[in-house]
Amino acid sequence: MLYFERWKMVLIALVCAAGLAYSLPNFFPKSSLENVPDWLPNKQVNLGLDLRGGSYMLLALDTKGLEQSRLQDLVGEVRNALRDARVGYTGLGIQNGAVVVSISRPEEVAKAREAVEGLASMVSASQFSALPESDLTVNVSGQRIEVSVTEAAKLSQLQQAVDQSIEVVRRRIDELGTTEPVIQRQGADRILVQVPGLDDPQQLKELLGRTAKMTFRLVSNAMSGQQALATRTVPAGTEILYSADEPKVPYLVERRVMVGGDRLRSASPGFDQRTGEPVVNFRFDSIGGRQFGEVTRDNVGRPFAIVLDNEVISAPRINEPIMGGQGQISGNFTVQDANNLAILLNSGALPVDIAVLEERTVGPGLGADSIRAGSIAAIIGSIAVVIFMVASYGLFGIFANIALLINVFLIFGILSMLQATLTLPGIAGIVLTIGTAVDANVLIYERIREELRSGKSVVAALEAGYTRAMAPIVDANITHFITALVLFQLGAGPVRGFAVTLAIGVVTSVFSAVTVNRLIVAVWARYTRPKTIVL
Amino acid sequence: MWRLKLVPANTKIPFVKYRHIAVGLSVIIIVAATALMFTRGFNFGIDFTGGTLMEVQTDGPADLANMRNRLNNLGIGEVQLQRFGDDTHVLIRVGVQADQSEERGGQYVVDAIKGELGAEVEYRRVETVGPQVSGELIGSAALAVIIAVGAMFVYIWFRFEWQFALGAVLSIIHDVMATILIFSLFQLEFNLATIAALLTIVSYSINDTVVVFDRMRENLRKYKKMELAALIDLSINETLARTIMTSVTTLLALVALFIFGGEALSVFTFAMIFGILVGTYSSIYVAAPVLMAIGIKRDTWGGAPVAKDKAEGKA
Repeated sequence: MLYFERWKMVLIALVCAAGLAYSLPNFFPKSSLENVPDWLPNKQVNLGLDLRGGSYMLLALDTKGLEQSRLQDLVGEVRNALRDARVGYTGLGIQNGAVVVSISRPEEVAKAREAVEGLASMVSASQFSALPESDLTVNVSGQRIEVSVTEAAKLSQLQQAVDQSIEVVRRRIDELGTTEPVIQRQGADRILVQVPGLDDPQQLKELLGRTAKMTFRLVSNAMSGQQALATRTVPAGTEILYSADEPKVPYLVERRVMVGGDRLRSASPGFDQRTGEPVVNFRFDSIGGRQFGEVTRDNVGRPFAIVLDNEVISAPRINEPIMGGQGQISGNFTVQDANNLAILLNSGALPVDIAVLEERTVGPGLGADSIRAGSIAAIIGSIAVVIFMVASYGLFGIFANIALLINVFLIFGILSMLQATLTLPGIAGIVLTIGTAVDANVLIYERIREELRSGKSVVAALEAGYTRAMAPIVDANITHFITALVLFQLGAGPVRGFAVTLAIGVVTSVFSAVTVNRLIVAVWARYTRPKTIVL
Repeated sequence: MWRLKLVPANTKIPFVKYRHIAVGLSVIIIVAATALMFTRGFNFGIDFTGGTLMEVQTDGPADLANMRNRLNNLGIGEVQLQRFGDDTHVLIRVGVQADQSEERGGQYVVDAIKGELGAEVEYRRVETVGPQVSGELIGSAALAVIIAVGAMFVYIWFRFEWQFALGAVLSIIHDVMATILIFSLFQLEFNLATIAALLTIVSYSINDTVVVFDRMRENLRKYKKMELAALIDLSINETLARTIMTSVTTLLALVALFIFGGEALSVFTFAMIFGILVGTYSSIYVAAPVLMAIGIKRDTWGGAPVAKDKAEGKA
């Protein structure tokens, strides 16, 4: 047990040196690391949001809304299909999550069925199966035809929606100019967003919460919004929408979309040249520009509405045809409003509404305080443990403390190397590891004491101490490791950080407190050849 | 040469003799914890109840009464305020809003409070957990504790015998119940970090227990004729120095964390300090009495070296 082959000693020394090298960048200011070449360790520990400040958000897609809008589209498709097939029908609508329609004449049911089945297309059932499945199921009972969307289709639609949403969310966050945001899918219908070091999480939330579906539509000239409200009549093809700013003004707006927001090429915040108030300048792509030009040419004198998420932002009058494909939105904006709207328009609309399920924001002040408090606690805890070990075991306590120091370097080295996230509970995990890492040494030293008491020679007692203490050391650390794994599965964010440092701590403490410590004792024993030891 | 020795060499404390007192105490703890759990309940954090939590810092000492008054007039239900650490830090807690519509969901509460307090305070931390997420967190937290205890049972069973596994698991359950008792009694905030603390306690309690078991296994092989009670006493006494030493080093680190680690970690650390103390006690006084009660099949740890290898071969 006390004999080490040369290559093993070299290997152990190399591991310690690597741990030291990888942990070193953490002791220098970040700016000075930019000059360190890539082949040298130059990464610092990745601080969690609770330490560096930032926002954590869990977003959920509105899956019901997604399914509902698919059904509404399907109603339109069925209507067109039956019309094209010249089949008479009644009662086309949505019932219990399916589109139902009654065919007027029994002899046309087969023809109708064929037409409706023609709407189906193939989707891949899941990521794991290559077999395509139909996206619709058609059931016929008597004259009633029921069309429902298959689970496979719902799933693939949801996947697409999540992918698109992640893209849109990423573009919006990038517009804020923050560094290193993390945006990931979580579960089937959720998106996890982590944005470090944000001054104003409020703006982020406003940006993420908006669907940002923009449309340009004509205001109906049949009657005014107030009239429609008063008479409770909404002419076919129109709807009542309210203005975005207070007081809410009703507008009667045509349902038909002149130009959709997907036709926007760019938007930028600016100021009106005459009034000086904040506005958003936009530019359509070529198709959008042509569409906009045609509609404005044919409707000079009428107002049109710029609608964002079913609210009228502004309803200017068309004074002349707008042919250049450029325009300006003004709507009593603050500079911030104009900024946000430009970001939303540039990043595109979300395919479906998104809700913020969970939000945790830590200000930079609290993060800095936590780092300071955590470091102080770690240093004081370490000093207490170090003193206690020397008081209890003398020289062997110093050996254990050297191993402990190496342990701390290894933990930081591994954290930096893996770019694992260090959170406040993670710091607690490191402090805890400092307290327990010496457990292995305690087990070994107590065992050596026992062996010495039973009359063994120094070398035999050392041998026996290291050999016999191995079983409880292994058992104790495996149970810690199991706990760390369970914790890792349980938690997100801070708690997960605790699990990470706990797990890394288990591995490094076994290495440092057993292997490194044994090497130190072996080298010491070889050079001093002690006849007796006081332990 | 002077050495700090918390435990003198060769102690011969008759632990087993006093086991009935200990068992009585443990039963009281478990019964009391169960009773409190159902009567007094817990002070659940927003991780489990949903709602909004804000930590704000004021320039001077915070005028809680004034803030409470203003915030309770916002129409967002009852707003709880409490000092957090020193008197310039205030925790604001608001429950889940009954109306979860788009206009009045979680964001509404934050906006309302920020609108009222404005720039007179610094917003150090804002957390909002929706009812859907909090429900899921309760489920996964409970599952995590069950999985951890189950995994420990399987591991100990694998390394030792089922009697040991049962003793170990009962001592874990004892520790978890004792910690829960404290949380309910003092109405400490019970949140996700508490679950992490509970799992850590489970892990440390098992650690202590395993070291004692390991020595018992060794002694069972060494002293084939010794009475079980004497053998358990011997094993606990032999490992006592280590048990106390390790508890002390761990406690030193945790107490440093408790005192200097800041308010955010204090409940978490307190739970672990308490758990380490209870865990040390339970590895002596819960695991061992269980082994006494159900007995150990001694032939498992058979005599000949071959048989010993076999026993270890199971591991």
